[in-house]
Amino acid sequence: MDATAVRTGTEGKTWGGDSHPLKASYGKMMMWFFILSDALTFSAFLAAYGFSRFKYMDEWPIADEVFTHFPFLHGVDAPMYYVALMTFILIFSSVTMVLAVDAGHRMKKSSVIWYMFFTIIGGIIFVGSQAWEWANFISGEYGAVETKAGRILQFVNAEGEQVALESFAADLPTERVMLTKSDALWYESDATLPDFYLEEIVEGFKANPDLLIRTELLNESNEKTILSRAESLERLERDAIGVVQGANLIHNEYGPPLFADFFFFITGFHGFHVLSGVIINIIIFINVILGTYERRGNYEMVEKVGLYWHFVDLVWVFVFTFFYLV
Amino acid sequence: MAHDTGHNESATKRIWSVFGILSIVTIAEVILGIIRPEFLIETMFLRMRLLNWIFIILTLYKAYLITWAFMHMEHEAKGLRRAVVWTGIFLVCYLIFILLTEGDYIFGVYHNEYQSWDF
Repeated sequence: MDATAVRTGTEGKTWGGDSHPLKASYGKMMMWFFILSDALTFSAFLAAYGFSRFKYMDEWPIADEVFTHFPFLHGVDAPMYYVALMTFILIFSSVTMVLAVDAGHRMKKSSVIWYMFFTIIGGIIFVGSQAWEWANFISGEYGAVETKAGRILQFVNAEGEQVALESFAADLPTERVMLTKSDALWYESDATLPDFYLEEIVEGFKANPDLLIRTELLNESNEKTILSRAESLERLERDAIGVVQGANLIHNEYGPPLFADFFFFITGFHGFHVLSGVIINIIIFINVILGTYERRGNYEMVEKVGLYWHFVDLVWVFVFTFFYLV
Repeated sequence: MAHDTGHNESATKRIWSVFGILSIVTIAEVILGIIRPEFLIETMFLRMRLLNWIFIILTLYKAYLITWAFMHMEHEAKGLRRAVVWTGIFLVCYLIFILLTEGDYIFGVYHNEYQSWDF
């Protein structure tokens, strides 16, 4: 049978087959294309976040007022310091990772082991920090009141500093007891009751004449609008329907619930990547110790997991900017 | 692999210098984020605050350094580099353009009170 291949005159060219136009091994090339697709997933999340933010342009929470905690410094207002530290830990674990890859090129097994060890430790510290950040966000700080339209009203003193609900709420007698599954029907129970009732907040607000209400609306100098005393009282009486403490997927004391939704979803998805990166790093780490790559004659697996690890760092650089800075 | 032993010293040096630049840029971002200088917030450029432009440009610079130096994109073949980087940048720019335009439009609908949002 005759050869059916047609000679096109391009046999010597790069794409004529039998050559390696991308000059990368199959595994490394596929890791790059996986990273490309994952990068598009993250961009889609961040662009959706941008969409919601543009939609609520004049009432989005100010990150400096939301993330103000630092471990062991209770009550100290430390905007962003801890996130900055987390960013450093992740960048530094990226550095030790690239040093491990570099040591792998030189076939230095013990250096690869140590650098990978530090990378894994950095990753674990980062995931732990993120969990701590979540815990603070979920438990909230000052508490707020939600309106019929789902807007948030926060309380400030005469200096414009936020005031916690427990510092002014009146103590009214109540007979409302949380319904648990053991009380009545086994399938009926209450959501956790708030620490205060709306009536207690309203009474307490009336009793403290220097308290004012701060709305979500941003003014020209990018600060939240503070209502006058008369407006505050009117707004509270007319619109308030409930008390919000902390944040979950439905209620958020810091502002639009969408802010909390995107925060949980994007940092959660990123945290999941860090976690899987740590696990893959541990697998490769064990293989390095066992001498698998020494026998194989190259440390390219370290390079591939390194690509993934740097990608996780790369995503965090963007998450940091769009959640905490901009 | 393809790396000869001769330029390993300079490879390590490059890693540490890139780490230095990344640290300085991050510290600058955090300081700007805490101080929030008045004139950078009030100056608008292309409908966005100057401060936000600075943050975004610094972020892109950091992303470039991580990809090129840490992920060794600078040593990859031109074909692979373009396949990954150009595809990503094109699609991300397109997505950002359509979503932010739409978000801005909906903001306008709320803002001009065709639709009541606060009752």
